[in-house]
Amino acid sequence: MKSIKYTLLATTVAVALGGTLASAQDFKKYGIDKDVPGLCSYDSISKKNYKGRTLSIITHAVPVMGEPTDLHAKQFEELTGAKVNVVHVPFGDLFQRIMIPFQTGQSAYDVLFYGSHWIGDFQAYLEPVPQAYFNAPGMKDVTLNYRGVATWGNKMVQYPVDGDRHYLKYRKDVFDNAENKKKFKEKTGHELAVPKTWEEYDEVAGFFNGWDWAGDGKPHFGSAEVTKRDDLMFSAFISRAAAYAKHPKVTGGFFFDLKTMEPLINTPGFVKALEMFVKAKRYFPPGGDSFGLGDEIFSFGGGQTLMSYSWDDAFIQAMEPKSAIRNKVGAAPLPGSREVWNRNTKKWDKFAEPSYAPYITWGWTSAVAKASKNKDMAFDYLCFFSNEANALHDLQIGRFGVNPYRNAHFEVSFWTDKLGWDKAVAVPYVNTLSGMDKSKNRVFDLRVPGVNQFMTSMAAGVAEAMAGQKSPQQALDGVAKEWTQIVARIGKDKVREAYANVVALEDNK
Amino acid sequence: MSVDRGKLVFVLPGLIVLVAIILFPLLFTIRVSFSGWDVAQPGLDWIGLANYLRLAEDTRFWESFARLAVMAIGSVALEYLLGFGLALLVWRDVRAGRFFRVLFLIPMMTTPVIMAVIWRTVFHESLGPANDLLRLLGIASLPWLSDAALAMTSVIIVEVWQWTPFMFLMLLAGLLSLPREPFLAAAIDGAGPIRTFLRVTFPMIAPISIGAIVIRLIEASKIMDTVYVITSGGPGTATETSSYYIFIRGLRDFQIGYAASLSFTYLVIMAISLTIIAKVLARAMIVKDNAV
Repeated sequence: MKSIKYTLLATTVAVALGGTLASAQDFKKYGIDKDVPGLCSYDSISKKNYKGRTLSIITHAVPVMGEPTDLHAKQFEELTGAKVNVVHVPFGDLFQRIMIPFQTGQSAYDVLFYGSHWIGDFQAYLEPVPQAYFNAPGMKDVTLNYRGVATWGNKMVQYPVDGDRHYLKYRKDVFDNAENKKKFKEKTGHELAVPKTWEEYDEVAGFFNGWDWAGDGKPHFGSAEVTKRDDLMFSAFISRAAAYAKHPKVTGGFFFDLKTMEPLINTPGFVKALEMFVKAKRYFPPGGDSFGLGDEIFSFGGGQTLMSYSWDDAFIQAMEPKSAIRNKVGAAPLPGSREVWNRNTKKWDKFAEPSYAPYITWGWTSAVAKASKNKDMAFDYLCFFSNEANALHDLQIGRFGVNPYRNAHFEVSFWTDKLGWDKAVAVPYVNTLSGMDKSKNRVFDLRVPGVNQFMTSMAAGVAEAMAGQKSPQQALDGVAKEWTQIVARIGKDKVREAYANVVALEDNK
Repeated sequence: MSVDRGKLVFVLPGLIVLVAIILFPLLFTIRVSFSGWDVAQPGLDWIGLANYLRLAEDTRFWESFARLAVMAIGSVALEYLLGFGLALLVWRDVRAGRFFRVLFLIPMMTTPVIMAVIWRTVFHESLGPANDLLRLLGIASLPWLSDAALAMTSVIIVEVWQWTPFMFLMLLAGLLSLPREPFLAAAIDGAGPIRTFLRVTFPMIAPISIGAIVIRLIEASKIMDTVYVITSGGPGTATETSSYYIFIRGLRDFQIGYAASLSFTYLVIMAISLTIIAKVLARAMIVKDNAV
């Protein structure tokens, strides 16, 4: 009897092991290192049968987010037998292509990939993530910031697939160079160091502007920033404004006073940031005051400029295997400020150590439409898309636009072993990114209905000041006036109710 | 009666198409313009003239009209001059005339958005070939896209490059259709090439010129894709045209009702302006007594 038991046990173990090995072997053909067991794994998804059913997905154009959508759609088809139709749309069209079917009651797409800051406009049309998916190990590992980004009120309506933030990128080799340090000290009287404030950023960028500090026979420049009006410039301005306008001890709203819904966009903190932004034009490369995101990525990633700040892309481009500046770059938190506007006391408060306000900027997210007739399949697709193996695979391909959003992504060994980064680059990178999760003075996007109206209005005002058409104060007064009108049109209570969700995140409630 | 019904059957498909693709969208746009349809309030409610009152105070919209006028008139004038010049060159028997005719048409055959992306690269102030060329010639680099006047010039250059072939094609077709007799008469009377051009060619081609100019003005006044790709309306609002502004309000901000009122106002203003322009051009260009 005992021997039969042992034989049975041995057989079971052998079959299980054999099966695991066989399946692990099979799934490696999809380009992953190893399948990670769980609800969303290759193994689990391969047991689903969606033959005869069709999943419709709308996503961004290839490659950013569009390419991984295609890749995992094909894998999903092979594993489940489903047919998956993917529609690719340029970013400028994505909002309306999603919103029009929503407003007209059509069920055009089951799965949607879009910018996470549109949650205020889309949330009423989205299906909350079912409880079952919260138990997936990958979901449990999503960091606090990106759970917050995906959540509306107390419901998660967006499925986390990406993590974005703005941070400072700089040429580490230039900052470490003894000759540069000496020259900088002689010229400015200060030690050359990675800027901790926007004033220091200004000084360093000015010093390294217009001469060949890279030794390649070409002039190089101080700073590359996203400045093209309708090409995500609003996010660059928020990065700069956060330092001056987000007071660590003042709660109740960054863009608006939550109680009164009065815009704060023309208060001294924002005005000072815009003055500094206008001043920064002096150390942009030629054409730098009309740089879109692509130009900024190319300028810093291509070695033209010393510093930059925005999404991960420029850093990742600089760290591409064939990059001339691979392992010569560094990451640090966005510069802060030693004085921050206190809107309660109407005074500038001084800080001995700079006050930092990390900007947890919008990034890619995904969701399932409430009107979808394939919600089960749609959530399984998103769960599969973002499973641990796929996420680690996608993180390694810069053009995919997938950036760290799980605790596991902040393992230094992943960046050194898998991507060949020097430890001296990987450690500050991981610390900078993960450090933002620990901050208690974060700024989030204005995730309210009509967010595009608020942001295009702000971008137009900032652009007018940058072009010298108006002074920073005049330009932001104009934006504040327009914001008041937008709030009145959409409805003060409606905007306030939505904005309360943002303020709750910022106030760490 | 039966004959009339028979006629109606033949006219009906055309009428249905007309209603479906012109009248219905137009009437629907007018109706939407009286609604507050936007991102937070979907649907056709009734807010009276609110959008039109808001529009009257919208300085950004009216300023965009002024820019549009500069851009459209400037680019179409240049296209006309260049197109006419090229058509006159190819009109006469020249070597490889067919080759040049096809060559001149190539820009028009390309996709505007793709060409705008290429031109944006050309004008890139750090890496673009436009500034490389200037430096080779010993001229300082120009801020093509970050200076207001130059950004406007850059957009006009792209428009002229893309649409001069249209002028060329229209005017060449016109020149080829002109009767030979007036030219023979002018030659017998001893008129030189300039006099022949001024007193024969130009007056005879004037109706076609006016048609081509008005068609191009209609198209040029809708300029959106070139602005969107090359300057995004910047620097500041220096290259923001009416159609680009309507695009931002309608499809980016999703203020559907307000954008409909902007569109309808734009349509009315353009219809009136172009009618006046066509009449002025006819008066200026068509000479009643065109004897040599």
